[in-house]
Amino acid sequence: MSNFLTLPILLPMFIGTILIFFAKKHKLQRVIAGFSALSLLGVAIYLGYIVYTDPSQIITLEIGDWPAPFGIVLVADMFATMMVILSSIVGVVCLFFAFKTIHSDREKFYFYPFYFYLLTGVNGAFLTGDMFNLFVFFEVMLISSYVLIVHGGTGYQLRESFKYVVMNMVASAFFLVALAYLYATTGTLNMADLAERVQVLEQEGILNGIAILFLFVFGAKGALFPLYFWLPKSYYGPPAAISALFGGLLTKVGIYAIIRVFTLIFVHNTEFTHTIILILAGGTMFFGVLGAVSQFDFKRILSYHIISQVGYMVMGLGVYTPLALAGAIYYIAHHIIVKSALFLFAGATQKITGTTELKKMGGLLKTHPWLGWLFFISAMSLAGIPPLSGFFSKFALILAAVQKESYYIVVVALVVGILTLFSMMKIFMYAFWGEPKISQDKVNRKEMFALLRPIIPLVVLTICLGFFAEPIFQYSLGVSEQILDPANYVNAVLGK
Amino acid sequence: MEILIALLIGVLFSVSTYLILTKSLFRVVLGTVLMSHGAHLLILTMGGLGVGSAPLLGEGASSYTDPLPQALILTAIVISFGMTALLLVMTYRTYKVHQTDDLDKLRGRLDE
Repeated sequence: MSNFLTLPILLPMFIGTILIFFAKKHKLQRVIAGFSALSLLGVAIYLGYIVYTDPSQIITLEIGDWPAPFGIVLVADMFATMMVILSSIVGVVCLFFAFKTIHSDREKFYFYPFYFYLLTGVNGAFLTGDMFNLFVFFEVMLISSYVLIVHGGTGYQLRESFKYVVMNMVASAFFLVALAYLYATTGTLNMADLAERVQVLEQEGILNGIAILFLFVFGAKGALFPLYFWLPKSYYGPPAAISALFGGLLTKVGIYAIIRVFTLIFVHNTEFTHTIILILAGGTMFFGVLGAVSQFDFKRILSYHIISQVGYMVMGLGVYTPLALAGAIYYIAHHIIVKSALFLFAGATQKITGTTELKKMGGLLKTHPWLGWLFFISAMSLAGIPPLSGFFSKFALILAAVQKESYYIVVVALVVGILTLFSMMKIFMYAFWGEPKISQDKVNRKEMFALLRPIIPLVVLTICLGFFAEPIFQYSLGVSEQILDPANYVNAVLGK
Repeated sequence: MEILIALLIGVLFSVSTYLILTKSLFRVVLGTVLMSHGAHLLILTMGGLGVGSAPLLGEGASSYTDPLPQALILTAIVISFGMTALLLVMTYRTYKVHQTDDLDKLRGRLDE
């Protein structure tokens, strides 16, 4: 039964390998890729369902039947399955958008295989219960992302991808260093076993050092202040479908790892670690949004917004109450959906106008009203206007921070909210209002709807996340209560 | 023995930091290679450098070496090998396209 747990990892891996053989036949590739992405989504939702209805709400699998602290385990709790479902949704949507926008030359050079290998790494990182295995899945994800980000090989892409790769390789080397210290101190790398041993080891100084090292590693991969500098430029280069996938998913894998590690393992001294996390969250939010305000390019503004919103998620962890974490989890769901949608809108706009520079656009609302209003809904959702999904998650985060009396972060979060609204309105006013500046007849009505079709499900989802806030918030609260009580996780894995 | 290796790891890390901060593309690549070597050696040292005993001798063995760090390093070496190969190709292509290996000239303009 629990062998089902391997499917979200194995399915994309096999599909990716099969697709290599059909590299030159791009029509066939599309059919295979489309069907398998949809079945991956089905698998993810079914996995989410069986975990949710399971009495303990955690399903584990000991790979190769090696008992838990010695072998590798896969653990599907509610947080992990939620992330797998979200990654599959984004995977499907970006893939169908790629069918419409990716040049066939790129398709022939192994675009789809790496797309699926990326999903393999992402799903594996969510489901694993072993620190070293987490490293391995991170690397699977990263090496596919290196290929996808430089895919096409334009001068800009090569130049910026080099910095992205070097930054991530340094972070990966420090990941190994942190793992070595952790293994030397505790003698284990199984997360559940670590959670137990860290509590009984009276080695606070060393453990604090290791915790900060992990924070550095995941912070570099998740674009936390002050390690976010690589993100805006490198996400600008690749085509919109890839930017959307990266913007929606990749940094969130880093954030997932931070939340997992700092709720399960390093909770021995929350005064110290979680205060640092809260300060970093404030810096991330504030400097990210300042970057967005200063830019005049569609994709660049969105890239800087990724940074500022990563700050909100980490803020939930820094405040560290059930309500705050529930807000952070709700925010992750909201962010992955809305951010991917916005990047895809940027891609659609680029297809119409041939540019992403806002000052060269204008009047799109007249010529493409559907695009304009759907973008408007997503932008309002991102800025946190009720009744859309962004409002409820930010409300929970700020309410939790007020209850905890961390007023500084509340002020930062509110100011950042206003600046977010300002920069989203900047896009809307420059690109959609005013007189049309460039001839916009490159895309006719029918093609326009073909472009919008993959994005519409995401917009509908963000509206649903807002209008059905009550059940979704209850779910997030369930997730946050589960991850705040490491005993559940430990018992499920070690079978006590 | 551990102290000697620890010093070696320190040297590797400092040299690699210097190389990564230089302006030449290829030196940066060499820097990342040395840094991963340092990290691998660190894993080995952290497991304890037992001399003269085999990793696994059954349950009744009187002395053995911890096999886990070796397994971890093997995996990590393979990964860093793949990464380095990819990075070298990327470096070469970047050099071909931009006709320079000076990172100062690869900064990009402010307005793009």
